[in-house]
Amino acid sequence: MTVVVAPPREAAPTFHLVDEHEHAEGGSTMLGFWIYLMSDCLIFAILFATFGVLGGNYAAGPGPRDLFDLPLVAVNTTMLLLSSITYGFAMLSMERDRVGITQAWLAITGVFGLAFIGIELSEFAHMIHEGATPQRSAFLSSFFTLVGTHGLHVTFGLVWLTTLMVQVARHGLIQANRRRLMCLSMFWHFLDVIWIGVFTFVYLMGMLR
Amino acid sequence: MLENTGIAKTVFGRLTWESLPLHEPIVVVTFVVVACGGLVLLGGITYFRLWGYLWREWFTTVDHKRIGIMYMVLGIVMLLRGFADAIMMRLQQAIAFGGSEGYLPAHHYDQVFTAHGVIMIFFVAMPLVTGLMNYVVPLQIGARDVSFPFLNNFSFWMTTGGAALVMASLFIGEFARTGWLAYPPLSNIGYSPDVGVDYYIWGLQVAGVGTTLSGINLICTIVKLRAPGMTMMRMPVFTWTSLCTNVLIVASFPVLTAVLALLSLDRYVGTNFFTNDFGGNPMMYVNLIWIWGHPEVYILILPAFGIFSEVTSTFSGKRLFGYTSMVYATVVITILSYLVWLHHFFTMGSGASVNSFFGITTMIISIPTGAKMFNWLFTMYRGRIRFELPMMWTVAFMLTFVIGGMTGVLLAVPPADFVLHNSLFLVAHFHNVIIGGVLFGMFAGIAYWFPKAFGFRLDPFWGKISFWFWVVGFYFAFMPLYVLGLMGVTRRLRVFDDPSLQIWFVIAGIGAFMILLGITAFLIQIAVSVMRREALRDVTGDPWNGRTLEWATSSPPPDYNFAFTPVVYDNDAWWDMKRRGYQRPLTGFRAIHMPSNTGTGIILAGLSTALGFALIWYIWWLAAASFIALLAVAIGHTFNYHRDFHISANEVLNVESARTRLLTGGH
Repeated sequence: MTVVVAPPREAAPTFHLVDEHEHAEGGSTMLGFWIYLMSDCLIFAILFATFGVLGGNYAAGPGPRDLFDLPLVAVNTTMLLLSSITYGFAMLSMERDRVGITQAWLAITGVFGLAFIGIELSEFAHMIHEGATPQRSAFLSSFFTLVGTHGLHVTFGLVWLTTLMVQVARHGLIQANRRRLMCLSMFWHFLDVIWIGVFTFVYLMGMLR
Repeated sequence: MLENTGIAKTVFGRLTWESLPLHEPIVVVTFVVVACGGLVLLGGITYFRLWGYLWREWFTTVDHKRIGIMYMVLGIVMLLRGFADAIMMRLQQAIAFGGSEGYLPAHHYDQVFTAHGVIMIFFVAMPLVTGLMNYVVPLQIGARDVSFPFLNNFSFWMTTGGAALVMASLFIGEFARTGWLAYPPLSNIGYSPDVGVDYYIWGLQVAGVGTTLSGINLICTIVKLRAPGMTMMRMPVFTWTSLCTNVLIVASFPVLTAVLALLSLDRYVGTNFFTNDFGGNPMMYVNLIWIWGHPEVYILILPAFGIFSEVTSTFSGKRLFGYTSMVYATVVITILSYLVWLHHFFTMGSGASVNSFFGITTMIISIPTGAKMFNWLFTMYRGRIRFELPMMWTVAFMLTFVIGGMTGVLLAVPPADFVLHNSLFLVAHFHNVIIGGVLFGMFAGIAYWFPKAFGFRLDPFWGKISFWFWVVGFYFAFMPLYVLGLMGVTRRLRVFDDPSLQIWFVIAGIGAFMILLGITAFLIQIAVSVMRREALRDVTGDPWNGRTLEWATSSPPPDYNFAFTPVVYDNDAWWDMKRRGYQRPLTGFRAIHMPSNTGTGIILAGLSTALGFALIWYIWWLAAASFIALLAVAIGHTFNYHRDFHISANEVLNVESARTRLLTGGH
C-alpha cells in the first residue's frame, strides 16, 4: 500500500478515488488461506505437545521400539515427499498453461498420496492387530491421534485434489482454478512439513527413547 | 414408553422419551413459555408472509452489515437465556439457608451454572463482539465488504448452530454439570456418562469453526481492504483492537478445537488423554484449555477497549490522546495474553518458580492496560465532553474496570491466590471485568453505532434508566461476593450452613434483580426507539459529530457502503474531511462489483448442527448421512463460479440522489 502524503492545507484534496479499478477477485485468498494454515498448524502444535507430554507413558504396554517399523516409515515418507515434488511440477506446468500435463502431474501426486495413506493404514492395522490400540496407553492415544490427524488431512487433500481435477477438466486453467490449485499446493506442502515433524519427533526420536 | 432396544436404538441412538425432562417442573414451564413465544413468533412471520423476505434479505445475505446485525440479535437473545440462569442461581443462593434446600435440585443447579458460563462467554459476549466488528470494521476502513463475504455468512450460522445445540439441551436431555470449562476427569465418560458434556463439546466445536473462520476473514479484511492512504498507524483504534482480537482468535481457537477433540476421543473412543490411568493426565487438559481460555478473555475485552477509545474521543471532541501508545499497549496485551495462562491454576502445584513467572507476567499486563486508562482520561481532560449514553457507559467502565483490574492484580500474587482460588472473590473479579469491561463496552457500542445501522438514535431516556439499573445493580450484585470470597466462601455452592452469610447473598440477589430491570429497560428502549423513530431520525449519517470513516456514509449505509472508495490523509479520516471542506461527489458514479447472496452457508451450518446432534445422541446413521451431505454440499458449492453481480451506475446514482435530497431537506 502506498502512503498518500497530504497536500498543502489550502487546497482541499480529493477524498475519494476518481478513477477506481475493480479489485481483482480473490485478492485476499492467498493471505486468508495462509492464515488458515497457521491455525491448522496450531492444532498440530497441540497434538505434538500432547505427544511430547504423554508420549512416554506406555502404561506397561508396548513402546515405539516394539511397534515402529522404520524402513516402512521411510518408504512412506518418500511417498509423501515425492508427491510434494510432483505437485510442484504440476504448478510449473500450470504456469505454462499446459492443461494436460498439469492434470497428469496432479494424478501422479494423487497416486503417491494414496500410497502414503495405504501404507499408513496398513501400519495402523498391524499395530491394532498386535494389541497396540489407541486405548492401550496414553502414548498410543497420542500417537494415533497425531499421526491419524495428519492422515485425515492427506485424505481430505486427496478429495480436494480430485475435485480440482474435475474442475480443471471442465473449465481449464482459468483464474479461479489457478487460485484453487495454489491453495491446495500450500496445503499439500504444509502437510509435508508437518510430516517431517512427525517423522522426526514421533518415529526417529521414539526409537531413541 | 419407547424402549431403546433393537430398531429404536438404531434409529434414535440413546434418545428416548425419558430424555425429555418432563419430571422437572421448572424446565417444563420454561418449555411451555418458550414454545408459546416461539409459536407466536413463527406464526407472526408466517401470517405477515415474512419467510421469503427473511430468507432472501437476511438468512442468505453476504452483506457484512446485515450479518453484523444478526450477530447482535443472537447475542441479545442469548443474553436473556444466560441471565435467566444467573437470576435462578442468585435466588437459590439467597434462600438455601437454615436447612432449606432452596428450589433447585443439585442435578439442575449444576447444569444452570455450567450453562450460564458457557452461554455468556460463547453465545453472548462472542456474538456481540463479532457482530460489532463485522458491522463497523469494513466501514471504518472504507471497504465495501469483508474479504470473504460467503465465509462470513457461514461463520454466523455456525455460531448460531452451536447456540441452537446448547439451547436444545434445555429440553432434550440435559447440559453438562461440570462447570464452564468441563475439566476431566469429571467430564470424562466415567463420571459424566450422560449427554451433557457431549452437548457442551459439539455446541462449542460447531460454534468454534465459525469463530475461527470469522477471525481469518476479519484479519484479511483489515490487512487487505483498507482505503488508500490508511496506513496501519492511521487505522481507527477500534480497527486496531479488532485486528488484535482476530489475531488472538486465530491463534487460540484451534487450541480449543484440539483439546475438545481430545476430550471427545476420550469419551467416544476410550483413549487415555485425560484419564487417571493408562498414562493419561487430566492436568494436560487444564493447561491446554487455559492456553485458549486466557487469550479468550482478551478477545472479548480488546474490542471493548476500542469502542471506549472511539467513544471517548468523539464525545470529548478531541483526537485520542496517545494514539501510538494505545496501539502499542494493545499489541503488548495481545502478546502477553499468551504468557499468563497458568495463573488460572496456581494451586496445581507447579512449584514456586513457575508460579512466580506467571504471577509476574500477569501483573505486567496491568501496565499497558493502565496506560490505556490514562490515555482515555487525558483525552477527556480539557475536552468538551458530551454525556450522551455511550459516554456514560464509558465513564462507568473506567470506574468499574479499575476495581476489577486491581482485584485481578491481587489474585495474580500466587500466595494470595492460594487463599482465594475458586472462591467467590474470583467470581466477583471476573464478573467485575467482564460486565464492567466487555458488557458496558457492548452497550456503549450499541448506543454509539445504532444510529449508523438503522438511521435513528436509541431513546436516551430509557437508555439512561437501563444504564443506572445496570451499573447500580452490578455493584449490588458483585461487591457482596468480594466480601464472601474473602470470608472463604467457594464458588458453585448450592446450600449454606452459616446463617451469617445469608444477608450478603440477599443483597447480591437484589443486585441481580436490578440488573433484570436494566435488561428490561434496554429492551423497552429498543421498542420505544423503533416507535419514536421519526422523532429520533438522523438524516446526516453523522449524528455524534464523529471522526472516523463510518460516519462519512449515510445511515443506514447503502449495500455498497461507499459510492467511491475514500482516500485517507490523516488519523480520524472523517474529521479531517470535514475540517478541510469535503464535498460529497454527486456525479460520475460507476457500476459496483458485489458478491451475490447464497443459501449455502445456512445449509452447511444446519448440516453441521445435525451432525453434532447425531453424535451427541449416538444416532450413527444420521451422523454419517449429515457428514456425507456436508461434504457434498461443500464440494457442490465450489462448482458455482458465478458468485457476484454489479450494481449499475444508474442504481448507485438513484441511491446517492435520494441521499442528496435528504441532506438538503428535499430541495
